[in-house]
Amino acid sequence: MITVRSLRKHYRVHQRPPGLLASARSLFRRDTTLVKAVDDISFSIEPGERVGFLGPNGAGKTTTLKLLAGLLHPTSGEVRVAGHVPRQRDDTFLKNIMLVMGQKQQLLWDLPPSDTFELNRAIYDVPTNLYRERVDGLVELLKIGDVIRKPTRQLSLGERMKCELVASLIHGPKFLFLDEPTIGLDVSMQTVVRDFIRSHNEKTGATLLLTSHYMDDVAALCPRVIVINHGKLTFDGKLEALVQQVRPDKRVVLRFHQPVDARDLAKFGDVVEHNADLAVLRVTQEGLSHVVSGALATLPVRDLTVENAPLEEVMSEMFSRHAATDTDRHDNADIGTDKNTERAS
Amino acid sequence: MSLRAGVRAFPTLLRVGFAEAVAYRAELLIWVLTSTMPLIMLALWSTVAAEAPVGRYGETEFTAYFLAAFVVRQLSASWTCWEINFEVRMGRLSMRLLRPVHPMFAYAAESIAALPLRLAISIPVALWALASVGPDQFPHDLSRWLIFIVAIAGAWALTFLINIAVGALSLFMESSVKVMDVYLAAYFVFSGYVVPVDLFPPWLRAVTDALPFRYQLAFPVEVLCGNYEIGGALQLLLRQWLFVLGLGLVTALVWRRGIARFEAYGG
Repeated sequence: MITVRSLRKHYRVHQRPPGLLASARSLFRRDTTLVKAVDDISFSIEPGERVGFLGPNGAGKTTTLKLLAGLLHPTSGEVRVAGHVPRQRDDTFLKNIMLVMGQKQQLLWDLPPSDTFELNRAIYDVPTNLYRERVDGLVELLKIGDVIRKPTRQLSLGERMKCELVASLIHGPKFLFLDEPTIGLDVSMQTVVRDFIRSHNEKTGATLLLTSHYMDDVAALCPRVIVINHGKLTFDGKLEALVQQVRPDKRVVLRFHQPVDARDLAKFGDVVEHNADLAVLRVTQEGLSHVVSGALATLPVRDLTVENAPLEEVMSEMFSRHAATDTDRHDNADIGTDKNTERAS
Repeated sequence: MSLRAGVRAFPTLLRVGFAEAVAYRAELLIWVLTSTMPLIMLALWSTVAAEAPVGRYGETEFTAYFLAAFVVRQLSASWTCWEINFEVRMGRLSMRLLRPVHPMFAYAAESIAALPLRLAISIPVALWALASVGPDQFPHDLSRWLIFIVAIAGAWALTFLINIAVGALSLFMESSVKVMDVYLAAYFVFSGYVVPVDLFPPWLRAVTDALPFRYQLAFPVEVLCGNYEIGGALQLLLRQWLFVLGLGLVTALVWRRGIARFEAYGG
């Protein structure tokens, strides 16, 4: 189980304007800003859960994962992963976790991935039979048998990510922290990685925490989401509940036998998309049954489906609402006294 | 992170480290070329000694000293400071910290794993030394060779620990490479790399005795050149290992404090 209580991680970041004068000035006086990367968040995660961390760039998602993995020491608050304090990085804790970072790799760059696998076997003290069984199974599942003996630097991004996953799972971690595992991968490779992660969770019962900018990753993998924005936790619950909360309206997708006039569609709801044989309408939940029965009765409908708003739109709207709230808050504050900005020598 | 886990994984770390050293063999060769200062100093001091001996050093003694210095430098080298700086700046240290083996074990294994390749370069130089000055310049008894081996291990440990300690300073400042440059400047003077330490004036010799530099190079070289009686060599060997112990404690403290400040950039 993972428990996080009142967790904070604050950084002091040096800032200066561009230019020679500013550079010279910073020799004597360094302006620093306090960045609240994670600011008083609390949550708990049960064993075997798949949880997605959502948030815009710089929201604090990766920082939270790094705190959970013991790479960063919290400024304050409490973190426990299976009873361990991550920052102490004791052997039992490290043998039970893995942090996979899409933009950082553990594979040895100039050696074949099989060397990294062997290294991890020794480091994590995995019995040879179990190691062989796991590697063979994973290599077969990800279809990378002909890849693992080539130098890592000669592999494609997708091949490297698959090998990263194998290297990360050799010791059978009970907690898997995935930071943008599909970044840069093409759509088919994203699906392969996503399917693999889900099947690993189902097979082993490992707890899985995921951050991703691809909403499809989150939608496909995570029944529960935690939304972080400006270091604050703003939502924790089921993905459907998030969608309902932010965008309760529905999408009615209509496919036609023959073209339909836009004016005939407008009376049912907002037309989001319209072409010769398809239209997408945005309607309120209350008006849904009226729209469905009316469309079926009056339009040449070949097929009709009702969907939630796309997750990208939900997130985009959520973050723009937060941004607007933040702007209001700043406008009402005493401008010119930025409490987070201090001067340090 | 337990010592047992590190010891258990060490052979594999060495094997993988050797594979990496082989992959970077061209880089290693270039590094060896940058450490040929003793050979240059050999040419310089031999010319000076051709006129008249300098202290107790004639041409033969200088040849033995600087060829031994080249070999000792190859066997006791470490570049971990630069590696730590790179890994801290790029956030790659994260990957080492996630593993249940202390990063120092991994760095040590990578440094030691390059030894066979450095030996391949050192052995011809050692044979050249033997052919040039004759076997009389080097120890004939087993005890001196044993002291030399332990002194080489101590020299490597000192160099490695200094690299780790200075490298760990990059966790406190943006880069500690320049600190290492300053250290190396002092090393070139006080380690006997360019001038044998026993040619220093007495007051400078006294300063040198109190610093770790000479135990990184001059001491094993002098043992190899037979400059000490057994008792004197053992006394210096003890002093060298006290430096190793002290530096080990300081390094562990700097590392521990530094890791608490690690910001795991990127990713």
